[in-house]
Amino acid sequence: MNAITFPPPPASPAGETLRGEVRDFLRRELANRDPRAKAESWSGHDADFSRKVGAMGWIGMTWPKQYGGHARTALERYVVMEEMLAAGAPVSLHWVADRQSGLQILKVGTEAQKQTILPKIAAGEACFCIGMSEPDSGSDLASTRTKATKVQGGWLINGTKLWTSSAHLADYMILFCRTGAPDAANRHAGTSQFLVDMKTTQGLKIRPIHALSGAHHFNECVFTDAFLPDDAILGGEGDGWKQVTGELAFERSGPERFLSTFGLVVELIRALGPSPSERAAIALGRLSAHFLTLRRMSRSISGMLQQGLEPANHAAMVKDLGTTLEQEIPEIARLLITSEPSAQSTEDFLAVLAHSMLHAPSFSLRGGTREILRGMIARGLGLR
Amino acid sequence: MPAETDMLQETAGRLFADHFAPRVLAAAEHGEWPAAGWAAIEDAGFTRALVPEDAGGYGVAPAEALSILRAAGGHAVPLPLAETMLASWLLASAGLDIPDGPLSVAPVLPGESLIATPTAAGWHIAGTARRIPWGRSVGAIAVRADGQDGTLVALVPRNGWTVTPSTNLAQEPRDTLVFAADIGRDAAAPSTVGLAELRAIGAAMRCLQIAGALSHMLDITVQYALDRKQFGKPIGKFQAVQQNLAILASQTAAASAAADIAAEAVGRDGAIFAIAAAKMRCGEAAGAGANLSHAVHGAIGFTYEHSLHFFTKRLWSWRDEFGNEAEWGALLGRHIAARGADNFWYDLTDAA
Repeated sequence: MNAITFPPPPASPAGETLRGEVRDFLRRELANRDPRAKAESWSGHDADFSRKVGAMGWIGMTWPKQYGGHARTALERYVVMEEMLAAGAPVSLHWVADRQSGLQILKVGTEAQKQTILPKIAAGEACFCIGMSEPDSGSDLASTRTKATKVQGGWLINGTKLWTSSAHLADYMILFCRTGAPDAANRHAGTSQFLVDMKTTQGLKIRPIHALSGAHHFNECVFTDAFLPDDAILGGEGDGWKQVTGELAFERSGPERFLSTFGLVVELIRALGPSPSERAAIALGRLSAHFLTLRRMSRSISGMLQQGLEPANHAAMVKDLGTTLEQEIPEIARLLITSEPSAQSTEDFLAVLAHSMLHAPSFSLRGGTREILRGMIARGLGLR
Repeated sequence: MPAETDMLQETAGRLFADHFAPRVLAAAEHGEWPAAGWAAIEDAGFTRALVPEDAGGYGVAPAEALSILRAAGGHAVPLPLAETMLASWLLASAGLDIPDGPLSVAPVLPGESLIATPTAAGWHIAGTARRIPWGRSVGAIAVRADGQDGTLVALVPRNGWTVTPSTNLAQEPRDTLVFAADIGRDAAAPSTVGLAELRAIGAAMRCLQIAGALSHMLDITVQYALDRKQFGKPIGKFQAVQQNLAILASQTAAASAAADIAAEAVGRDGAIFAIAAAKMRCGEAAGAGANLSHAVHGAIGFTYEHSLHFFTKRLWSWRDEFGNEAEWGALLGRHIAARGADNFWYDLTDAA
């Protein structure tokens, strides 16, 4: 596995059969979902929908059956993910848990944690949020200041997590924080992860933070002497850094890193009609070429994950190329149909364009900034 | 890639490394034919790799055969290997015998055609074809020519055309040929291969060559950034340079994946759209990659003495040959628009 080789995605006949089932399901469930709602992409939240997806067996697909999983392959899971995104399905309730939190619990959690939580995730009934960023700790995650202090029977948490998507809706957070004194010689030592019950934990205040669009996705979470019992620790005490970097690798390679504005391309094609100008045709061809290539690269990573590899650098490349495309799409679209974007427009294309424009800046920030990812790629090339 | 593809590509890479040192590349730019290199390529059987087994080939899958061209791109092989493979494939598709020696194809530009008129002994082939790769160097050309009852593929020997020399940016021959050839009945056969299909296979070949060249350029550019010191440390230690090299790596990886898409599409239904996408993506990566590689190399990379230009000049040429991003993009985009918005995702998942 060298730095830039993406092996061919393995064929998955089971995945292609599944694809038909997923499409039937989505046609049925999303028949009345209009393009503006679809533009929410993986930020759209719908508890009923997530429960139905769980009932179909499409959450926790790769996990063992004893924890509510379905023992299917990473490639089959990939089919479900990409079909959901392409259709603009409201997946946010289960997305994070399915993508990374559940896997993390499966990997490092106790038997009790696995038995309590994983079946709920698989049923589409447990929403997770990610407790990583802080006011003074963004890309430099190791500078985390939120602290867990050992007390009788558990831990007291003090500190603030920021930009926490879905915290106001979530059932659980996986919290990354300090459990030992900062060590100048080893910045990554003395951190741990905890499972926080968002609904019952005392001393936790959640305050909405509105995005520039006015939408409420993320939050500030303030912990003030919040008590977590001993069995809330996730994985080993002091293993936080190792665990959190592993978790981020799950977060970076998926189709959500290049399909966030796919709905805009669909509306663009519709608005251009069957006989576009030469310039518009070239632009459509180019977008299609990028989608095809990224999809192949992303599915290749899925194949590597299936083999138990950890292709972190490959994932960084897909996320960098993919989010660059996602952000380019509204810029291309606005010059092909020269009307002004507006959320209130009666034309779907213009309303979806408005939504995409107002959300695009976040694409190359969430899950690791472009600059951090390029630094990782450079490390993979042997430059640092 | 499956193991056999890796193996063939590695074998080819070793052969090319032995034969195509920078001084050979420079001599080729000045018109010297690297005879030893060509003999080695022919001995290895690479020129027939895309020919079906029942037509004298070796029965390797098209994607495997095309992997030879990825290696060739990585060594800037200054020979009509891709063109001989393409001509051999075209001749085999019409059931014609394939001669030894270097071959090319004509025409290669959209809208150009040659005319076949019947004679007592066979056919007279006439017309002008521009930008024919290695037109001055090859022993025979597989042409597509329009007859009154349809299109023929014909093998025209070297005395059948006159040459007005021209080259691409890498000084590889891309000549204007005026055909006036009388050939026997056995040297021509009806063809089902359209010019668009022929050019698509040519485009797929250029994708592989581009991917190979970019991969080599990434290697030498990273190495240069580690070796070259300024301000007391290797320039590769500066974040600004690292960010550029990361983009170069991502563009290289994307071109490589797109070339895989093209290679796997050859011989399949609907190949033309997958290849159109691949050529577009590879062409874009070629331009971006050449820019970044030159930026990191600084002035030395802009000299004839340094070997970087053997690769960047080829990238600037290959991205336009057999259709550039605009040409393939327009074809693909019109197809997408005609199929309609609600088929877009379904077609993407079916294409590759």
